[in-house]
Amino acid sequence: MDLFEYQARDLFAKHGVPVLAGEVIDTPEGARAATERLGGKSVVKAQVKVGGRGKAGGVKLAATPDEAVARATDILGMDIKGHTVHKVMIAETAPEILEEYYVSYLLDRTNRTFLAMASVQGGMDIEEVAEKTPEALAKVPVDAVEGVSIEKAREIVAQAKFPAEVAEKVAEVMVTLWDTFIAEDALLVEVNPLAKVASGDILALDGKVSLDENADFRQPEHAALEDKDAADPLEAAAKAKNLNYVKLEGEVGIIGNGAGLVMSTLDVVAYAGEAHGGVKPANFLDIGGGASAQVMANGLEIILGDPDVKSVFVNVFGGITACDEVANGIVQALQLLADKGEEVTKPLVVRLDGNNAELGRKILSDANHPLVQRVDTMDGAADKAAELAAAK
Amino acid sequence: MAIFLNKDSKVIVQGMTGATGMKHTKLMLADGTNIVGGVNPRKAGTTVDVDGTEIPVFGTVAEAIEKTGANVSVLFVPPAFSKAAVVEAIDAEIPLAVVITEGIAVHDSAAFWAYAKSKGNKTRIIGPNCPGLITPGQSNAGIIPGDITKPGRIGLVSKSGTLTYQMMYELRDIGFSSAVGIGGDPIIGTTHIDALAAFEADPDTDLIVMIGEIGGDAEERAADFIKANVTKPVVGYVAGFTAPEGKTMGHAGAIVSGSSGTAAAKKEALEAAGVKVGKTPTETAKLAREILAG
Repeated sequence: MDLFEYQARDLFAKHGVPVLAGEVIDTPEGARAATERLGGKSVVKAQVKVGGRGKAGGVKLAATPDEAVARATDILGMDIKGHTVHKVMIAETAPEILEEYYVSYLLDRTNRTFLAMASVQGGMDIEEVAEKTPEALAKVPVDAVEGVSIEKAREIVAQAKFPAEVAEKVAEVMVTLWDTFIAEDALLVEVNPLAKVASGDILALDGKVSLDENADFRQPEHAALEDKDAADPLEAAAKAKNLNYVKLEGEVGIIGNGAGLVMSTLDVVAYAGEAHGGVKPANFLDIGGGASAQVMANGLEIILGDPDVKSVFVNVFGGITACDEVANGIVQALQLLADKGEEVTKPLVVRLDGNNAELGRKILSDANHPLVQRVDTMDGAADKAAELAAAK
Repeated sequence: MAIFLNKDSKVIVQGMTGATGMKHTKLMLADGTNIVGGVNPRKAGTTVDVDGTEIPVFGTVAEAIEKTGANVSVLFVPPAFSKAAVVEAIDAEIPLAVVITEGIAVHDSAAFWAYAKSKGNKTRIIGPNCPGLITPGQSNAGIIPGDITKPGRIGLVSKSGTLTYQMMYELRDIGFSSAVGIGGDPIIGTTHIDALAAFEADPDTDLIVMIGEIGGDAEERAADFIKANVTKPVVGYVAGFTAPEGKTMGHAGAIVSGSSGTAAAKKEALEAAGVKVGKTPTETAKLAREILAG
């Protein structure tokens, strides 16, 4: 889960990373009181989970509370690279910035460890620094067991060639940033820029944090950080039913079991769709291992509720999941919707293989539902589902 | 032969007495796996009747190894306790730990991997978030259905469980030496490369099928490895061509960020290494058949 800047700022502050004061608001009028609390001037910063907001006009200085209201009015509702601004942070204005640095910790999948990255060329896009002047970006592996002591932090700072007069202060920030990374179960903590200001202090002026949702069981406070405004309504409904669902732009609704098989199903449908007017998969939905009839029914209800969906492809290879359960789920879901008075008009193509496939196929044949057809190969079923979507 | 697991493997189950552990202990036994014990400190000294087989429960992995000579542990421990369970397995120096558990926090996986490394990697870790591995006709350590296929000469390594099953089903008439599900998490123990190296060295494997998916650069690195080290034919499949950037596709590790981790880049890298890559699982199976038919 990627956080907004203000949420990252709060986590930094909690773990001792030096940050400026700031608060988040969602109405222009809120900017006035917030700016008054900061002594009458502020920086109004759009809160969007995408880079380049400064260039897009999403960060403005306000010299008075009135000006802050005006700037917040401009910025709230603005579209930045497809992201609508729903919140702005009213931040303390930074003292004069002398230098801008970059520091982060992240997961290094390739080496199966953590990585510290640091550069004295901060402020800009770090991918650009990495590409144009890779020698200016220090990458230091961090052992997950040993972590970052002040000695390790000094090593990182030395490798990045920070000027001597800031080295110790930056090293201290590297320790508190590591504390944030560990304590919050983060996948990424990034400060850019980390600024040296006129007073000689080091301040984190902007940052990114991404959290590991697998750690939610020991991070009860993280649930409140979720951005409920941004969630697609179908994604939110699926999440409420504990379904692993991602909305896509297409016409063929997809239900399958296992992340890999569902990803593959999307691809196979997209290929098949090339011959049928370019229809595409409408979603990713993994009902997981050992799914019951109820889970299947929940999934189908979500998919059938998507107005973009014109046909549905249920693709199941029963490993732990039993195909008779899946078949029962389909039959039950259709019955359930019929009982609710909701007319189902979208055709379903079902492919069942593996554990109890024969039983599952028989259940579907016996139910003989006019909208359900069985195709017993994955490629053949994908083609049928694409054809039906294109025909609607 | 086969890789990592054979009829002589003595298997213990950490988390055996839980519902999932019991269910799959039964299934593994039915597939002929030599299960010599379970581990649960609260039930140490008792035995559990699994479909008529009395299986002793030990307090620790170390005790289980001492009493039974176990050399494989399969873990069905809930995510919150998995790190401690894997660390225990590493401390006991069991040669193979198969971590089935889904949903382990990445900091925990990173920690147990770093710990295994600091102990000289005496324990091979497979997973987490994987279906385990099977050597058909000999032993099954995990949750791969044992009745999809039979012993044969294809080696399979895959990030995905259900695609493993699908591929075994597609090629069920030919059969498999071993099939290894390495898992879809960002940090995993055994990689594509480890399995490729083992299959290359296995005299009972004639052809290798490798299944990858979006996220990370494991497939690209596997391609480099194949080019330099693998003489046996390799057929590949990559899932996730239609996955949009920035959305996690089910597996915690399956995410395209920017231009990295895309299926297209992985396919290209594999093809450049001489791997035939199928567009669908069925087409991939067909490519394998053609190669085996000469």
